[in-house]
Amino acid sequence: MTNQRVYLKGNEALAYGALEAGLNAYFAYPITPSSEIPETLAKEFGNKKYPHYKCFLQSASELEAINMVIGAASTGALVLTATSSPGFSLKQEGLSYAACMELPFLVADICRAGPGLGNLGPEQSDYFQATKGGGHGDYRLFVLAPASVQEMASFPKIGFDLAFKYRNPALILGDAFTGQLKEDIEFPIGTTPDYDVSSWAVGDSKGRGQHILNSLELDYQKHYQHMGRVFEKYKTAEEKEVLYEDYLTEDAETVIIAFGIVSRIARGVVNTLRKKGIRVGLFRPITLWPFPKIALRKLASEGKQFLDVELNTGQMYEDVRLAVGDGVTVDFLGRWGGILPTEQEIERKVQRLEVVAV
Amino acid sequence: MSQQSLFKVKAGKPKSLTNNPTHYCAGCEHGTLTKLIAAAIDELGIREKTVMIDSVGCSVLAYNYLNCDHVVAAHGRAPAVATGVKRLRPELNVFTVQGDGDAVSIGLLELIYAAKRATPITVFLVNNGIYGMTGGQMAPTTLPGQITTTTPYGRDVALTGTELDASKLISQIDGAAYVKRVSLVVTEISNPKGNVYTIKNLLDAKKTVQNAFKVQALGGFAFVEFLSTCSVNWKMSVLEAKRRVNEQVIKRFPLGVYRDTYGVEKA
Repeated sequence: MTNQRVYLKGNEALAYGALEAGLNAYFAYPITPSSEIPETLAKEFGNKKYPHYKCFLQSASELEAINMVIGAASTGALVLTATSSPGFSLKQEGLSYAACMELPFLVADICRAGPGLGNLGPEQSDYFQATKGGGHGDYRLFVLAPASVQEMASFPKIGFDLAFKYRNPALILGDAFTGQLKEDIEFPIGTTPDYDVSSWAVGDSKGRGQHILNSLELDYQKHYQHMGRVFEKYKTAEEKEVLYEDYLTEDAETVIIAFGIVSRIARGVVNTLRKKGIRVGLFRPITLWPFPKIALRKLASEGKQFLDVELNTGQMYEDVRLAVGDGVTVDFLGRWGGILPTEQEIERKVQRLEVVAV
Repeated sequence: MSQQSLFKVKAGKPKSLTNNPTHYCAGCEHGTLTKLIAAAIDELGIREKTVMIDSVGCSVLAYNYLNCDHVVAAHGRAPAVATGVKRLRPELNVFTVQGDGDAVSIGLLELIYAAKRATPITVFLVNNGIYGMTGGQMAPTTLPGQITTTTPYGRDVALTGTELDASKLISQIDGAAYVKRVSLVVTEISNPKGNVYTIKNLLDAKKTVQNAFKVQALGGFAFVEFLSTCSVNWKMSVLEAKRRVNEQVIKRFPLGVYRDTYGVEKA
């Protein structure tokens, strides 16, 4: 079977990517700029092409939606919900519980400008909330940052795989730009997931003991041990599940670090400056958690200097700093409020890098 | 008065109960309800198809007592979690036991919308007029003038309004198929030989639990409110607490069938 080429919006691509990955249920609460995801999945509900897609339900609130996700995921189903920044704040309660309950499911946050209501333009200002847990307690989400409509379509499968492999929620952190952008992509080929949920999913308890999905443990020692096991999973994931993209970094003197839509702009910058003979490359984290710190440290150890470009005031910058270590120049260019930096702005910055080497 | 057996299960405890001792306080009706639920699950033969959503409050440790699968929800969110389970696995018997703070305060939206969508789940509400687990604060069901740790001078209606009648509220929602308020509190019969109690309320409660599961199986949303005591947080003896329900609480929360779309009460 050959892949079909289609022209889709990022949000639509994410919806189809989830369906092709074997989506069973979607719980919806509308919010701009992510609403094309529930709209697409409402339209496709009942389509015989997706017999595994059993449930589309619009909730009365973001909280209700994430808790419906928890219930549905408890049965071992493949479940998705999408939201945008203000809604992502409301999802945090459920994500904290799910991490402790070890529930696999997928969330998409199509980030807009914040804080508060902000506006509907692109920002990457949910980076902290996405990568540092976000809700109460000590936990992490797998965080994938797509940079194109093609990746909006292909990342749901990666997200579900990670979620079920580690029994932990996964997040696709897009932004208003990747969500609204329309591109020509290769439509993902459907896959039949074969995740083994028999040891924990609730449902038929015939011939086995109780399955209890719980975040409550009043015995301090038992809770210490339970979370210790969860932290071990995170350690394994940090070793095994890191994804990043390296573009012309080998001989580069300066490496631009950017994720998501910004990496697309940065790639243009690299191409332009290379033509002028300037040795510049791009390092693009794809998993924001686990963060590709070892790969970055290696680049730093080769004596390169860095320019971190983000749609915020420097949230990933902190992880970059920690990764490269002291004495390394990491300059920063940030835009916020829904505004993207132009290629020219980044070019100018690369050529006049300030030595910021804390 | 003749001895009435509460459980048709011949001897001992219902099979759906585990051997764990409960954490419930002496005189608390949570234990009674747990046993009624286990008996109903036994009698309907649905243990292996039952998933309980444990709600935050005194019922949160029910996974230790009821031998079925459990998902423990966040405070107030049980009807939403139950909706998620049920939509994916419609053949399962999905239910929750919520407290009044959980269901009628922080989780009122989840409760109302589960009813509004006619979600085939069963919600049991234990109304003891107080936040029990957190130490006796004012609940939405706290009666006017009632003393709690956050209304130390009595519930001031001018400031916090009157109590919220959950059964009346849910019965207004078209999606609700079965709404009933019963009591888990035994009643005294005056008798020259001393205090004699009748378990009439418990027999009705037992039948009601079964009905609430049957309504779910018929495809309806079932909601049952159980009047009960919290003698520890009411700062009363068990006997005083039971008298308070029978003499005062029941006047503000009258028992009865508020909605019965499938006619299970008559069957």
